[in-house]
Amino acid sequence: MNIASLLASKGNKVITIQPEQTVRQAVVLLVEHNIGAVVVVDRTRQPVGILSERDIVRAAARNERVFTEPVAVLMTRNVILGLPQDDLASVGNTMTERRIRHLPVVEGGKLVGIVSIGDIVKAQRDQYLGEVETLQTQLLSEGP
Amino acid sequence: MTQPGTEAQPLRVAIIGAGPAGYYAADHLLRQEGVVVEVDMIDRLPTPYGLVRAGVAPDHQKIKSVTAAFDKVAAHRRFRFYGGVDFGTHIALSDVERHYHQVLYSTGAQTDRRMGIPGEDLAGSHPATEFVAWYNGHPDYRDLQFDLTQERAAVVGVGNVAIDVARILCRSPEELASTDIADHALEALQKSRIKEVYLLGRRGPAQAAFTNPEIKEVGELADADVTALPDEVELDPLSQADVERNQDRATLKKVELLREYATRKPLGRSKKLVIRFLVSPVELCGNEAGQVVAMRLVRNRLEATAAGTLQAKPTDQFETLPVGLVFRSVGYRGVALPGVPFQESWGVIFNANGRVLDPDTKQPIVGLYAAGWIKRGPSGVIGTNKPDAAQTVACMMEDLAAGRILQPEEPDPSAAERLIRSRQPRCVSYQDWLKLNEIEVSRGRAAGRPRVKFTRVNDMLAALGR
Repeated sequence: MNIASLLASKGNKVITIQPEQTVRQAVVLLVEHNIGAVVVVDRTRQPVGILSERDIVRAAARNERVFTEPVAVLMTRNVILGLPQDDLASVGNTMTERRIRHLPVVEGGKLVGIVSIGDIVKAQRDQYLGEVETLQTQLLSEGP
Repeated sequence: MTQPGTEAQPLRVAIIGAGPAGYYAADHLLRQEGVVVEVDMIDRLPTPYGLVRAGVAPDHQKIKSVTAAFDKVAAHRRFRFYGGVDFGTHIALSDVERHYHQVLYSTGAQTDRRMGIPGEDLAGSHPATEFVAWYNGHPDYRDLQFDLTQERAAVVGVGNVAIDVARILCRSPEELASTDIADHALEALQKSRIKEVYLLGRRGPAQAAFTNPEIKEVGELADADVTALPDEVELDPLSQADVERNQDRATLKKVELLREYATRKPLGRSKKLVIRFLVSPVELCGNEAGQVVAMRLVRNRLEATAAGTLQAKPTDQFETLPVGLVFRSVGYRGVALPGVPFQESWGVIFNANGRVLDPDTKQPIVGLYAAGWIKRGPSGVIGTNKPDAAQTVACMMEDLAAGRILQPEEPDPSAAERLIRSRQPRCVSYQDWLKLNEIEVSRGRAAGRPRVKFTRVNDMLAALGR
C-alpha cells in the first residue's frame, strides 16, 4: 500500500500559508480546520517549510509576542517531503523514528497532499483489520 | 417531514456495484441500531460478487468462500438485488435521486494502468486484468483471444494479480480441470504451448507485494519447475537494513523461500517459472506482423526516497528477453461514472472519507458516497473493504442525523422496482442468481469441479427460462 491510496480518500485539501503571514494567522487556520500543522508555500505553491502547533507552543513559552512574528521565523525549513508512490510502511517508520507528525506529499514538485501520523495509524489499522477479516472468513469456511 | 430511518419511513439507499465493498456497506447499513434502512443493490452483470467471482483465481476457492457471508447480507428482508442493470445505460443519477435518500458507488477499479513504454500495444501484449477476467468467465471478456501457441511469456509485476496469472499459465491441465475456471479458458490452456513464464519485479524481493503463501504455492506446482537468479534474491544493503530495523520476519522468510528456489535443481518438468527482480521493461520489440517477439529490460538498483521508501532506479545495463506473450500487471485503475466527480490523479471518485465532493467547492455533494477501490484506489485484501465501508457508512449516518440527505419524490420500494424493470426488463433478482448458482454448482458436481460457470448473459437468461 502506498501514500497515493491514503490521499485518494482525503479529498486533497492541504491548508497552506505563506512565509510572510503571521503566526496568529497560522493559529487561526489550525483551529478553523482542526489540524496540527500548516504547510508553508511560496507564491508558486512550492513547499518551503512547515509550521506545527509544537513549533508555536515551543516559541510561545519564551516569547510573548510570538503571534505577531512572521511564519518564516518559526517554521521548520528542512521539511521531509513524501511522494505518492512512497510505501505506507516506510513512511510510518520514517515518521516514527524522526518524530515527524506531518508529511507534505509532492508530485513533480507540486504539493498534492499531506499525511499525518494519525492517517498512517488509521491506514495500518484498517489494513490489519482487513487481513484479519479475510483470514477469519477463510478459516471458518467449510470449503476445500 | 419526519426524518427517514423508521419502520414507517425507512432510509432508502441505492448501492451501485455488487462487489465486496458494496456488500460490506450493505451489511453495515442493515445492522444500524435504531435506523431502519432499505438497500437496493444494482450491478451491470447478472451475477454478483464483483472481483470475488471475476478476479480471485479459480484455484483459490477458499478465498471465494467469503460469498457465503455476502449471501447472508442478501438474505436480509430489506435487501434487493438488480443484476444486469448498468448505471449510465439503464439508470441515471436523476432516476436514483427520485427514489433514494442516499447513493453509494462501489464500482471498483475496472481498468488497468499502462506501462507507458514503446511497443506496449503490439499483438501479444495484454493487460493481465483482461486475461484474469477471461479465465474467470466475465461475459465482457470471454471472447478475447490470447496466443497460447507462444512458448515464452512474461508477466510484468509481482503483485497478487501477476502471480495469479503466472501460476495459471504454469498449472497442468489436470490441476486446472478441478477448478471453476471458465470452460473456454480451460480448453485453451489445455492446448497451451507455454514452456517458460517470467515474473518480473522492478524492485527487490523485500519490496515485492506478493505474500509468502503465494510464493510458497508456486514452489508446489505439479508440472512446473520454479527458479530465481541467486544474485537477484539476495537483499541489497538498504533492504537488509530495513528488514533488520523492523525485525521483519515475513520478509526474511520470503527471501529464504526465494533463495531455495534459486538453488533448486530443475526436475525436467514441462514448464518453468522464472522469478526475476530489479528489472523493468523499457520496450517491447515486434516483428513485421506487429507481434511481440522480445522485451528490452533495464536492470535497476534501489535508492531511498526522502521518506525512506526504496525505489527502483534504472542503471545503464540492459538485456533482451525473447517472449511472444506479455501480460502487464502494474496496477488496476478506476473508471469515471457518468455525472460523478472523478479525480484523475488517483483514479478514484473525488471524495473525502467516502463523501463524494464537488471538485470546485471541495464540499460534499448531498446524498452521494463511495466505498472500496473507487474510493481509495486498488489496495488491500477483500476484507480491507469492511473497515473502508464502515467509514463511509458512518459518514452516511452522520449526514442522515444532520438532515443532509436527498429528498426523493417517490421513496417507495415498489416505484423503484417498477422503474428498474421498465428500463431493463431482463434484470435479475437475487432469487434468480441463487437459481443460476445452483445450476452452475450442479453442473460442476458432475465434473468434479466447484462449479461450471455461465459466461454469456444470454445463457444465464435462457437458464432462467427467459
